[in-house]
Amino acid sequence: MKLTELHIGQIARIQSVAESQFKEKLQEMGCIPGSLIKPILKAPFGDPIAYELEEYTLSMRKQEADTVEVRVLDPLFSS
Amino acid sequence: MEEQKELKIVLAGNPNCGKSSLFNSLTGLKQKITNVPGTTIENKVGSFKVDGRKVELIDTPGTYSFNPKSLDEKEAVKVFFDNPLPDAILYVADAANLKRNLFYFSQLAQHGIPMVLVLTMLDIADFKGFEIDIDRLEKELGIRIFKVNARAGEGIAEVKKALAQSQFVPHYAFGSEEDHTHESHFISINKLLNKTTTLKSKRELVSNKIDAWATHPVLGYLMFSVVLLVIFQSVFTLASYPMDWIENGFSLLSEWLTSVLPDGWLKKLIINGLVAGIAGVVVFVPQIAILFFFMGLLEDTGYMARVSFIMDKMLRGLGLSGKSVVPLLSGAACAIPAIMSTRNIENWKDRLITIMVTPLMSCSARLPVYTLLISMVIPSDKFVGIVSVQALLMLGMYVLGTVAALVAAVVFKWIIKHDVPSYFIMELPVYHAPRWKNIWMNMWQKSRSFVAEAGKVILIVSIVLWFLASYGPRPEQTFSIQESEHLDESYAGYFGKAIEPAIKPIGFNWKIGIALITSFAAREVFVGTMSTIYSVGDEENFDQIRDKMRKDTLANGDQVYSIGVVLSLMVFYAFAMQCMGTLAVVYKETKSWKWPAIQFVYMTVLAYIGSWITFNLFG
Repeated sequence: MKLTELHIGQIARIQSVAESQFKEKLQEMGCIPGSLIKPILKAPFGDPIAYELEEYTLSMRKQEADTVEVRVLDPLFSS
Repeated sequence: MEEQKELKIVLAGNPNCGKSSLFNSLTGLKQKITNVPGTTIENKVGSFKVDGRKVELIDTPGTYSFNPKSLDEKEAVKVFFDNPLPDAILYVADAANLKRNLFYFSQLAQHGIPMVLVLTMLDIADFKGFEIDIDRLEKELGIRIFKVNARAGEGIAEVKKALAQSQFVPHYAFGSEEDHTHESHFISINKLLNKTTTLKSKRELVSNKIDAWATHPVLGYLMFSVVLLVIFQSVFTLASYPMDWIENGFSLLSEWLTSVLPDGWLKKLIINGLVAGIAGVVVFVPQIAILFFFMGLLEDTGYMARVSFIMDKMLRGLGLSGKSVVPLLSGAACAIPAIMSTRNIENWKDRLITIMVTPLMSCSARLPVYTLLISMVIPSDKFVGIVSVQALLMLGMYVLGTVAALVAAVVFKWIIKHDVPSYFIMELPVYHAPRWKNIWMNMWQKSRSFVAEAGKVILIVSIVLWFLASYGPRPEQTFSIQESEHLDESYAGYFGKAIEPAIKPIGFNWKIGIALITSFAAREVFVGTMSTIYSVGDEENFDQIRDKMRKDTLANGDQVYSIGVVLSLMVFYAFAMQCMGTLAVVYKETKSWKWPAIQFVYMTVLAYIGSWITFNLFG
């Protein structure tokens, strides 16, 4: 599923990042397959969204988050 | 004893990793800003001595990766390969966020340059339950690693000592021989960290709790409004004291010079051209310094990133981005440093639009103009309820400038074609208590670069304008700028009369025409020119100038400065591009005369139309 489909607090693992003009930027910031990511905060009007990415907080617009494919972790592991 | 050569060390790291604190701790006040030769990239250079060796430390802008894509970035990385080659790279990494911090490290480690790794934010890493086996990490990477707490001064002496010794090239293989993709580097970093770090517990930072307030749909904006209010209140009230001292100081200097210098053209040039020009720049330093103090405080604590976060959606619709907030706010002090601060907007179109509209924000040079004009049409004892009407009109001018900037942004969004989509990928750094030393240094350096950048241009233009106002085409007549009855015969006077037909429809006469021309040095020169035209001895005495201007009447007995003319003038000063310093910096930042030219034309047209409408509504 897409990163934008996660709801706040749901932990997921990044599967892939689609080709785009900002793919490199996302990778530099640590959006790499295997990384853990969790939406923690939405800006007013729901966009951009802040994510806990491994050890820090990264914010991005929905447009960017739509290019990130994730798999939700089993809730047993994520709690 | 043999003289040992000076060491060249380059400091590198991610944004928000504590790099500035380390730089300030290592070099103290021995810092200067230098341009990378032939570029607009500025590096801070500091130095210190250890064991009898001089070490030159070059700071680089905080960045997440080493990917020279744009021209600017290509120039920025030159420092690593410039001759003489650096003896070592001092890499600063946030220990609480090691994985991402090591990515830029892994890219720098490819170039065979010796490196030293400094770990910061160990208290936060500790709080998060993150343990790092330093000895193991040193062995794996093959370089020396130091723990530093710059605020407490811990570890600084050790780092200094180590830098004087020879360093090692990292031997850990990031990626592989043929694979240096971002992904392969991260895989290597993960392997490295699995061997050297452990996560013992997981605790939530206070940061996340603060964010629930700072980014709240109602409270978040309320908080930001309060912050803005406090800043602007401080800029106006606190700055007025040092501004008075500066003005008094310069008028004492002028008086003293008048009494000691021998009469002649040189005396007039020094007093009315040079000293007046310098005074015009320096008097704004307090306001600019205070604004930069607050901007630095907001950035250093991490709050500014949250402001960008909550403003992004709104600004996006206008062709801007959340990252435009800092330049737009800085523009309320001075457009010159504000435009320089657009460099961290990655998207060219977003950045260009921000540059184009920032000068519409009401800068501090417009303040004296507004103050004089408002006092001409509205008595200071007029109140609506408890609010003074003068203050209300002043606030209105700020709103007018901001609205104009936002509307102009929308128009540019339609006009400028650019195929790279805008994006907003930004770290929300952990909140910090203010690191005062960094904030003071930042304020000092920005104020200094304002004086240097704006000062040069304003000084030159002041001298040229002094000449134009003091000399006329008839050679037998050289006269002092004070002799106002002759001003109409000076070159400036001829210019003023020449443009009178063009400015008549918006209510201006040739005297105002002269002031418009002299205002090209800086807007506040308007006040000085008016005081010269109406031969007021003391330039700073608003009451005197105001009274003389009020008494100026047309042939039919009506006031020259009717409410229509005054409001039209205010609108003109709000919109017109009357700042050579800004045009010069726009040229530097966009590397083309096209954009300053467009900016000049659109703002002047906007000013003319705005004034025409105002004059016809109220005139």
